[in-house]
Amino acid sequence: MTELAVRIRGAVKRYGPITAVDGLDLDVPEGTCVGLLGPNGAGKSTTMRLLTAQSIADEGEIEVLGFRLPKESKAARAQCGVTPQLDNLDVTLTVEQNLLVFAHLYRIGRSDRQAAIERALQMAKLEDRRDSRVDKLSGGMRRRLLIARALVHRPRLVLLDEPTVGLDPQVRQELWALIDALRSEGTTILMSTHYIEEAQRLADTVLIMSHGKAVAAGAPAALVSEHAGDQVLEVYGAPARLAEVEAEAGAEGLRTRRTGTSVSILGVESGNGFVSDGERRPANLEDVFVLLTGEEID
Amino acid sequence: MAVTSAARPRLGRLERPALTGVLVREVVNFSSYWRSATFSSTVEPTIYLLAFGFGFGALVSKVGGYDYVEFVGTGTVATAVLFSSAFAAMFGTFVKYQFQRTYDAILAAPVDTEELVTAEALWMATRAGVYGCVPMLVAIGFGLDPAWGMLTVPLIAWLAGFGWACFGVMVAGFAKSIENFSYVVSAVLTPLFLVAGTFFPLDTLPSWARFLANVNPLYHCVELVRHAAFGWEGWTDLAHVGALLAFGLAMWRLAIHAMTRKLID
Repeated sequence: MTELAVRIRGAVKRYGPITAVDGLDLDVPEGTCVGLLGPNGAGKSTTMRLLTAQSIADEGEIEVLGFRLPKESKAARAQCGVTPQLDNLDVTLTVEQNLLVFAHLYRIGRSDRQAAIERALQMAKLEDRRDSRVDKLSGGMRRRLLIARALVHRPRLVLLDEPTVGLDPQVRQELWALIDALRSEGTTILMSTHYIEEAQRLADTVLIMSHGKAVAAGAPAALVSEHAGDQVLEVYGAPARLAEVEAEAGAEGLRTRRTGTSVSILGVESGNGFVSDGERRPANLEDVFVLLTGEEID
Repeated sequence: MAVTSAARPRLGRLERPALTGVLVREVVNFSSYWRSATFSSTVEPTIYLLAFGFGFGALVSKVGGYDYVEFVGTGTVATAVLFSSAFAAMFGTFVKYQFQRTYDAILAAPVDTEELVTAEALWMATRAGVYGCVPMLVAIGFGLDPAWGMLTVPLIAWLAGFGWACFGVMVAGFAKSIENFSYVVSAVLTPLFLVAGTFFPLDTLPSWARFLANVNPLYHCVELVRHAAFGWEGWTDLAHVGALLAFGLAMWRLAIHAMTRKLID
């Protein structure tokens, strides 16, 4: 029997005429890392806000760490750590002062406070910068501090909303290492992202969201083989040629998707003799993502 | 599948650890900006005191039986309270939720909007309690006689400051943009500030204006501070305290209401 850190059933959240979350079901088993994957506007951030009761669902049931929301949200929040998408550190304070404030907000007793701050500094590799003002830090350091701030009280559940958005690849890798370390300690993580590689690397299971709904859920590899097959043929060429290839593959019963510069023909390993010039590659989560969330951004 | 059910700490309303957490944040932040805050909250009322006290004091030496400098020196305590609470609350609150997104971070921790607003108001009231005394201290330097009653002035300034801080938080909660503040400053704060008995006594005004003064919290603050300095007036002063309490209580609930609408969607 798996215990659930997060359980959402039929959650609906409307903002006027817009339905941001539209009948969402979500399970986050304890000790796992779940990735919420979806294009911008799919409802990922709203889902995150529902979990801290900063948004109140219009319909549905939400439980976090066994507490029913919104009524018992405060007890749930005491055991959660949250990293928001937009940096909201106190920029005129030092690294250590930022952690001190959150050690108080998360009610860490006086005797444990300094040790908790040291541990968070160590996780974020910011021991040398403890006395630096936040506005003197690099973007990557600020992000690490933002995550460390959410870990100061050893939360059972960590909510990461787009933890690496807008960062360099190098910095992104640093953060992945940090999140992976957290995961290996057994902390439950729910992470929203629109970077496919991030979800593929870090998440045990991925939930793909589109228009406020879950369109698929499962382990990354299982999702890939279920929806995109094993092998993909990537065919490059002029737009007219691409349209031709698409039609030919369609006639063979193969699914295709456009990538901008090429046509990807999915599941060619089972394609009965479909031949075209192109590069074979293994199917990936991006194929699934685009298939399920649509090629056009609306 | 079973849902994890740990020990259930029942967390109530207005908890002390939550208030402390928000206050610690303010105190730590204050260490980085106390110079500018202290400057604006004390220099402005002092300038009013000097400009009116000496400029106007040269024309009228006595008002209501007091030296004009003493009259203004006690009156501008309310001005200092207003500047350090209502204005700080309006702009500070708006910046913290709109630009710095500080409140998003705090509300993700085990702190409710009610606790957040209350702690912020307590903090600004405390600042007003300290800054409010500055004009009186300056006036003492210019010849106002110290009196035991003056020891209550920080408390009076605290009480009035709490109400005005909540007023500012409420305005920030209802305002759609920071430009909306000009309506409040021009239409509400400036008239209340001028017709509070700070610079001229109200008993020469027509009766409707005197009636309006009674719903002006600044007037009650001015009166209490004068009586603290020049002699208490029994029941009248209790009524002034009651008016400030009612103002504080009403603004406190309205501020919580406005911010809940703003922060929780």
